[in-house]
Amino acid sequence: MSAADFRKLADLFPNETVTHSYVQDLALPAVDGKSPGIFALVTLDNGLDHSKPTTLGPATLVELGTVLEGLKERAARGEIVGVGVTGKPHFLVAGADLSTVKSLSGREHGLWMAQLGHEAYSALANLGVPSFAFINGLALGGGLEIALQSTYRTVSTGAGALALPEAFIGLIPGWGGVYILPRLIGPENAVKVMIENPLSNNRTLTGPQAYQLGVADALFEPADFVEQSLAWASKVIAGAVTPERPNAVDPSAPEVAERWAGAVAAGRAFVEAKTSNASPAPAKVLDVLEANRTISQAESAELECETLADLMQTDEFRSTVYAFLDLVQRRSKRPAGAPDRKLARPVTKIGVVGAGLMASQLALLFARQLKVPVVMTDIDQARVDKGVAYVHAEVERLLEKKRITADAANRTRALVTGSVSKEAFADADFVIEAVFEELSVKKQVFKEVEAIVSPDCILATNTSSLSVTAMAEGLAHPERLVGFHFFNPVAVMPLLEIVRAPKTEDAVLATAFELAKGLKKSAVLVKDAPAFVVNRILLRLMGEVTAAFDEGTPAEVADNALREMGLPMTPFTLGAMVGLPVAQHVQESLHAAFGDRFPVSRNLQTLIDNGVKSIWAPAPGADGKPSVPAETLALLSFGTSPSTGEEVLRRTQDALAEEIALMLDEGVVAGPEDIDLCMILGAGWPMFLGGITPYLDRVGASERVNGRKFLAAGVASAPA
Amino acid sequence: MSQNRSSANPRTIREVVFVDGVRTPFGRAGEKGIYAGTRADDLVVKCIRELMRRNPSVPADRIDEVAIAATTQTGDQGLTIGRTAALLAGLPRTVPGFAIDRMCAGAMTAVTTTASGIGFGAYDVVIAGGVEHMGNHPMGAGADPNPRFLSERIVDPAALNMGNTAENLHDRFPAITKDRADAYAVASQDKLAAAYGRGQIQPDLVPVATMKPGRGWTVNTVDEPPRPGTSLEDLAALRTPFRAHGRVTAGNAAGLNDGATAALLASADAAAELGLPVKMRLVSYAFAGVEPEVMGIGPVPATEKALKNAGLGIDDIGLFEINEAFAVQVLSFLDHFGIADEDPRVNRYGGAIAVGHPLASSGVRLMNQLARQFEEDPSVRYGLTTMCIGLGMGATVIWENPHHADYGSVDTAESAATTETGAAA
Repeated sequence: MSAADFRKLADLFPNETVTHSYVQDLALPAVDGKSPGIFALVTLDNGLDHSKPTTLGPATLVELGTVLEGLKERAARGEIVGVGVTGKPHFLVAGADLSTVKSLSGREHGLWMAQLGHEAYSALANLGVPSFAFINGLALGGGLEIALQSTYRTVSTGAGALALPEAFIGLIPGWGGVYILPRLIGPENAVKVMIENPLSNNRTLTGPQAYQLGVADALFEPADFVEQSLAWASKVIAGAVTPERPNAVDPSAPEVAERWAGAVAAGRAFVEAKTSNASPAPAKVLDVLEANRTISQAESAELECETLADLMQTDEFRSTVYAFLDLVQRRSKRPAGAPDRKLARPVTKIGVVGAGLMASQLALLFARQLKVPVVMTDIDQARVDKGVAYVHAEVERLLEKKRITADAANRTRALVTGSVSKEAFADADFVIEAVFEELSVKKQVFKEVEAIVSPDCILATNTSSLSVTAMAEGLAHPERLVGFHFFNPVAVMPLLEIVRAPKTEDAVLATAFELAKGLKKSAVLVKDAPAFVVNRILLRLMGEVTAAFDEGTPAEVADNALREMGLPMTPFTLGAMVGLPVAQHVQESLHAAFGDRFPVSRNLQTLIDNGVKSIWAPAPGADGKPSVPAETLALLSFGTSPSTGEEVLRRTQDALAEEIALMLDEGVVAGPEDIDLCMILGAGWPMFLGGITPYLDRVGASERVNGRKFLAAGVASAPA
Repeated sequence: MSQNRSSANPRTIREVVFVDGVRTPFGRAGEKGIYAGTRADDLVVKCIRELMRRNPSVPADRIDEVAIAATTQTGDQGLTIGRTAALLAGLPRTVPGFAIDRMCAGAMTAVTTTASGIGFGAYDVVIAGGVEHMGNHPMGAGADPNPRFLSERIVDPAALNMGNTAENLHDRFPAITKDRADAYAVASQDKLAAAYGRGQIQPDLVPVATMKPGRGWTVNTVDEPPRPGTSLEDLAALRTPFRAHGRVTAGNAAGLNDGATAALLASADAAAELGLPVKMRLVSYAFAGVEPEVMGIGPVPATEKALKNAGLGIDDIGLFEINEAFAVQVLSFLDHFGIADEDPRVNRYGGAIAVGHPLASSGVRLMNQLARQFEEDPSVRYGLTTMCIGLGMGATVIWENPHHADYGSVDTAESAATTETGAAA
């Protein structure tokens, strides 16, 4: 078998951006006065600038494998004494070309792709001379596996991100990573890199962290990384340096077997806690890890290829690629429907009406990210002082954690001031209100603000449930009002729903989008409609589950019915976190707008009236499972038509499919992609659901309810 | 102003030593050169980092100054390159730096200026060097000569072109024929090739990794400009671009090159404190101006002045490292001092005609080579590094060999000169 045998696979993708393997022969630097010989350095380069990462598609792997086979022959002839692999500036390789892998049709092609990687990489370990990876930059997935398959590794202190994110993507590190890494850095560290990091917001390692873990044998600074790596390789080849690998383990040792099993078990518990095993990939990583302790690398390779071929066929994988590449990395950077950014007006001072918790969080965010003066107002000095004090305390906390410098802390503190007079807004360019969620209050606020600010000062509302259109009524300049809806906690959640009311003008919207970018938020354009996107969908979901509960479904059945979706928390937990009164308030406004699709639960109202903050008891019961306290149950009344978990799941799926189709018909957002983006960024819904519409398509809800799928075949599912 | 500001602490002049020097391999300027696509500041950074690696006993925060010369101080040679290079090299932010320009003698002036600061007590340890990426910065690019040069005949406009000044020098000294110049150039190539063969050049070179489109990373470890094996016949065939039937050719002149150098200097006390090797001791230096139209003669008055400052005569100088901008310029120097064209004291490793001359970087290359020759030849007590400078100047630095038996003992002539200087001050 040879890499060239896979050309048939490469031929299927004539448009691949090929990462070439360029070879340069270098005389190794002298060690003790003598050069050990000629070293062949392979550079992986797609010929494009740093905005176009190098990736691994079929043609790329065929070329790399062929080049390495050629070097093996040269090594056999004694022409070279070592081989190195490095990348173009900032990248070793960013990993497999996911768009290509996603569009592989049929399991056989997936298997070929998996085998091609092994074919190309195995050459690195069987050159007949030592191989070295010089990890000069980003190395993800298959990129890092090139390094792992090499005999030795150096890493740059400037290397951006090193990771095996496959468990997050929906695959396994199946080009040898899952076999080599636990042996190199120990099973516990391997589980951290292959499971915990990918499932923790896809965390990556820096160069120094990778070196500390033992992923690399030597660490050099970027300024002369290639030169120093080559000098180090020369010493290794000459025998002057032998890398120590304190974390490396022998899997056949009994104590290692025990550690191995422990690491796998800890990994499984972590996966269950993070994903409810709603996506198959993380468990498969652990299955292969568990199995490969006692088998050869070749046997593991076969298992890895079969597993990869299976996973490449899953919609969880395709949905993740859709969510990650198409939505989060691409669509969020070019919001659909956003006006020309050239229309945006400069914002040099911001006003925040209110000095409560939300207002103070907003003031801090604006001051930190936009670095413009922010003035908060409230009805009395005590409230104003409290708001400013909150900001100062948060700044102090950031300073203590060394997240900001003392100078930045001074700057931020100085930017945020408070006043009891709205006159302070006179020279503001953007005034946002964060006052009580009551239309008349907000209208009154804007009336007062409008009397003070300049005619083109933008007015924004952070309302989550009120009509922006209604709020604009009575304004002298209704065209300047825009919805600017953050998610809690505002410093963390990446989504911003920018709400266009009928009269909102383009320059105002464009400014809002530029502000969002300055705040490092991903903005989605939303039409003014009740609860916009995220809250409408969340409450439709919570409404269905609560209704099932009210009808007599046991709490544990109702609240766990959606487990297969792998949502970040159960509906009841979410309700308690948001606050039952807040959730109920939004539900009421949705009920007012849409009627019975959003039933208002009498049971919930009873709990609110009695000051109960959560359906579940604060602490789990004696059996470790959550329970509803007897005194809570005593307050509630239930119907007599309980549902099974499957029934609750299905009615929720159907309700979501119905609601989203209605939202799209109403033109709330430009397309299902925006719905998905909102749920990923605003609610933390998993990428293996693709947000939500790929999941609803996958389980048949879209067709059951609407007669058609939301997305075309191939977008987040198997190609047509 | 306080009357006793300086009298509170009586001045003593401190000895300055050359601790170490490195350079990048030199490249040919232009699209095909090894450094096409590589930044000038990055070349300096490689040198500074190599100096620090080679001298691990110097704490980085003990570097008091980083003086880097460049003739064209824009683009990748702009932004106060001494400071930017220090930051990019990873030196502590507390280490200051500056940029310096005296055309071809940039690095040499970086050395003498910081050495003066050491002598004065302002610095203990410094880095001085230079860079010129002539591919990125063609000579004179962006310059705007004052029209008064022309209207008031302050400088013949032709003197702004160095090749013309070399032809002018041939006019002034008819005894220096094209044949002599070519023979000198062939010898320069041969001497460099021999020095490479003996491994005398390589130890002070910093490897430089570069990446070219479609070729991947390579690591450059040898000079690109040399043309070993060049014959007189080869040179005879070259055209004379500055004058029809002239004498100056690409073969008997230095080329257009890219490269960087850096040296570590210290006070003798600091070198002792930090356990640093001493490769040379600074004896004296001088700069001199000459007619811009014959700028190549500059080393003659500069050397006379430096010898006078040192209280030495030309016969005291056992080794000469003279920059070979043009063969005629070297020959005019040798003729003036009555030294034979092939005198073995002169440019033992060949010179810029073979190895290249990235303008502001070359001064430290001369010093590196003199330092190595000192080590090889303890019989030599004094050596000098000298070069001609555009717009009519010369620069000379005289060094003492610490390997010489009499090193450290006070030479009568020199001590007399010191006393005299002290008295004058």
